[in-house]
Amino acid sequence: MAEKLIEIRDLSKVYERGAQKIEVLHHIDLDVDAGDFVALMGPSGSGKTTLLNLIGGLDRPTGGRITVGGQRLDELGAGPLAKWRAATVGFVFQLYNLMPMLSAQRNVELPLLLTKLSAAERKHRAAIALQLVGLADRATHKPAELSGGQQQRVSIARAIVSDPALLVCDEPTGDLDRAAAEEVLALLRVLNRGHGKTIVMVTHDPKAAEYANHTLHLDKGSLVTQPAVAA
Amino acid sequence: MKYLHLIWAALFRRRTRTVLTLVSIIAAFVLFGLLDAVRSSFNQAGQSANGAARLQTGAKLSFIQPLPQALQAQIARVDGVKQVTYANWFGGAYQDPHNQVFSFAVAPNYLDLYPEVAVTDTERKAFAATRTGALVGEQLARRFKWKVGDRVPLQSTIFPDRQGSKNWPFEIVGILHATDKKTGGFFDQMFLLNWKYFDETTPYNQGQVGWYVTRVVDVNQADRVAKAIDALSANSDHETRTQTEQAATASWMKQLADIGLIVGSIMGAVFFTLLLLSGNTMMQAVRERTSELAVMKTIGFSSRSLLAMVLAESVLLLLLGGVIGLALATVIIPAISAGSGGMLNLPPVRRGSWSLGVALMVAIGMLVGALPALKAMRLNIVDALAGR
Repeated sequence: MAEKLIEIRDLSKVYERGAQKIEVLHHIDLDVDAGDFVALMGPSGSGKTTLLNLIGGLDRPTGGRITVGGQRLDELGAGPLAKWRAATVGFVFQLYNLMPMLSAQRNVELPLLLTKLSAAERKHRAAIALQLVGLADRATHKPAELSGGQQQRVSIARAIVSDPALLVCDEPTGDLDRAAAEEVLALLRVLNRGHGKTIVMVTHDPKAAEYANHTLHLDKGSLVTQPAVAA
Repeated sequence: MKYLHLIWAALFRRRTRTVLTLVSIIAAFVLFGLLDAVRSSFNQAGQSANGAARLQTGAKLSFIQPLPQALQAQIARVDGVKQVTYANWFGGAYQDPHNQVFSFAVAPNYLDLYPEVAVTDTERKAFAATRTGALVGEQLARRFKWKVGDRVPLQSTIFPDRQGSKNWPFEIVGILHATDKKTGGFFDQMFLLNWKYFDETTPYNQGQVGWYVTRVVDVNQADRVAKAIDALSANSDHETRTQTEQAATASWMKQLADIGLIVGSIMGAVFFTLLLLSGNTMMQAVRERTSELAVMKTIGFSSRSLLAMVLAESVLLLLLGGVIGLALATVIIPAISAGSGGMLNLPPVRRGSWSLGVALMVAIGMLVGALPALKAMRLNIVDALAGR
């Protein structure tokens, strides 16, 4: 039986907007095995990104428990949570979110600045990560000099450079054309199958979800077994 | 240090804006260097070992009020006085009223009290023997290309002769050299004429002197001697005020203008403007980078490290501009001094000015960086990534 990397029990998230309380997630229970590739789908406002943020330790639940790699995230303070993220999670965003003034190499090195590695070692590891995503020859290029697909691959290199156990990807192909999207998704599959990374990916695209091992559907803040059918 | 490239890249993210802000900071610190040199120059006036042993006695009412010449003998009899001399302000200009010359009508023994002014015995004898003789400072002589033997006219801006003409003919009989260029630059600018010639030629003096200079036997007794000198004229129509040379110079300059206050006010206005300008730059810079800062936090950078990085960016901006500005001032000041032909003798940017300047750079940097740094520290990742 596979080891569980993510254990979520009775997870709720309520946002307060002035006097109004919006319950975004209702009593979610979810397990994700280590080495799994899970796609999270659902209509806009269903709580996909909120659940992803909670799994990635970017946000705090209002109720319930969330455990990732044996660590209770809901019990961690801001500082320890930041350290935990640095060590355990790699993030891939829809809009790549690279530093525009840094080269691809420097962008990939960014998470390694939080480690005790020497400058030479950081450079070496960033070069390996760039090689893995097929952009070794673009190391000195700045994001503006790269295509969307290349930028997303740099952001994946940044996500994996510190060798995290978990990758959380928020609409990683949402801003790409089909060909570039296929490349990025193929790369994620290689990282999952070839390197054992556990991946949780939010997507609107059923074709992207096909690359995952499982697809979970969220609707109005709850996990449902079948996708909601538009009226 | 490993974050330096990040800080540097963030600083020059908007190159034009940063360069323009840097130019403002450079200008502010060039001004700081120049004004601090002016302030130091005024503060240093009268500060020397010889100056400490000299007292100046002027009218209590105002430094332009004359005193009777008869007071010299009385001052000379005060216990603790070694020598006493006197001088009058002449107010001369050469060729053009703009070419003001520090010209003084002095008693025959005047130079005895100023061992820091070197002049040959022959030249001193010639000065004493020549009624219209003049001793001129070497920089002044160089400025107007004067040499011993030249006959030069000075126009007094105050005193006419008995015929009503303000043109006074002089014969240069010697050149004065300040032995210590650091503290005695003023002497290289002086023009000394015989007090007797001055007194006999103008109908507006009539045996009066502008001020007395006294050399005391013991520097530690200077206070007591000063009080004793002032006691001589107490309750008379020419009450005096005796001070050390440094205090007298400071008081004289203060009657012209409060340099410290002027310099302080200008610098206050300049740095306040700089505060607003660089503060605005930093606020804009951090606002533009909200999503990038959120990504850094997402990756695992702590709130405190973001606070430190934004503060470091702000301090680096100020240090970069400030150090270039002060370095420029270091180059400009000697050029100004040289360009003024010795009229302005500004001291170089001192170590103290550098220390004060760097402290100001760091303080302003911290101040202008504080608000954006707190903003970066308190950034909510989820809201920032969602563009809220």
